[in-house]
Amino acid sequence: MTAKVVTVTSGKGGVGKTTITANLGVALALHSQRVVVIDADVGLRNLDVMLGLENRIVYDLVDVIEGRCRLRQAMVRDKRLPEMFLLPAAQTRDKTAVQPADMVRVCDELREECDFVLIDSPAGIEQGFRYAIAPADTTIVVTNPEVPAVRDADRVIGLIEAEEKGPIRLVINRIKPRLVRRGEMLSVSDVVELLSIDLLGIVPEDHAILIAANRGQPLAFSHNSSLAGEAFHNIARRLLGEKVPFMVLREPTMWKRIVGLIRSGEE
Amino acid sequence: MRALGRLFGGRGQDEPASGTVAKERLRLVLAHDRTSISPTLLEMLKDEIIAVISQHVQIDASAVEVSFSQNARETRLVADIPLLSRPKRR
Repeated sequence: MTAKVVTVTSGKGGVGKTTITANLGVALALHSQRVVVIDADVGLRNLDVMLGLENRIVYDLVDVIEGRCRLRQAMVRDKRLPEMFLLPAAQTRDKTAVQPADMVRVCDELREECDFVLIDSPAGIEQGFRYAIAPADTTIVVTNPEVPAVRDADRVIGLIEAEEKGPIRLVINRIKPRLVRRGEMLSVSDVVELLSIDLLGIVPEDHAILIAANRGQPLAFSHNSSLAGEAFHNIARRLLGEKVPFMVLREPTMWKRIVGLIRSGEE
Repeated sequence: MRALGRLFGGRGQDEPASGTVAKERLRLVLAHDRTSISPTLLEMLKDEIIAVISQHVQIDASAVEVSFSQNARETRLVADIPLLSRPKRR
């Protein structure tokens, strides 16, 4: 096996990098891929809670780098998905504990053992971002249809291009079809035109994402139940080389909205 | 009435949708970010281009436009310089 190393990054924080990494990991594992997800946000780890694996961590990325344990010992197996592992970030250290060469070494070791290594990059363009993209074969830039997020995405794309880190693909997250229709939000084609990179996926704003995060059970586990869950699976399939049409994002009908309101009241 | 419309998220007739405004603002900001040419530098370039060209040919300095054009992720500086036609001799 020679894994593909995919780094998920964004520049701006809070656009959904961790959500997308967690869900892509789950979706790829459900498509029979052997996946390792790495939380590269040393000091601010969160991929573990998104995946509901926070109680199972013994060692972390920095322990591996500093030789306190073997890579295998730090990898947390997801019981729900025998083919997915998490390599957690250290919580009590900071980003100076990791060098780009360390990430390259860890990923080279993982390449032999799985199909995909997904790296959840920290926000920003400093050291954390640098070491997160160092081993990447492909990068996914996540943005929202908002001015600051698109601007930061553009900056990050420029930096990745300068490092010649292979193809850069775009995921636009938190699209609100109702606002787009009213002309009060940048559309998918606006963002693609501005950033001029290959579009990998679009994810609608979906309350189900928040609920899934509350439970530590990524939406991608049950992809039929929500539009966003389906979107994650589409992205995973495109990563696997399938041609999947982009979903048409329509605003929910009045009836669906009423049902949704009633349901959210019950839960 | 208009104020009431605004209250409910409507906008005036001549006011463009905020999505369009966002796109136009981003277009400019990205061009400046990508090239690290600030609006001030762009003005300076424009003035110097006008000065250099005016030494050799007559141009309509007030109508000169220097701007960015984007093609994929490539940015170009485009100068549009109207030449003044020579007065016709008979």
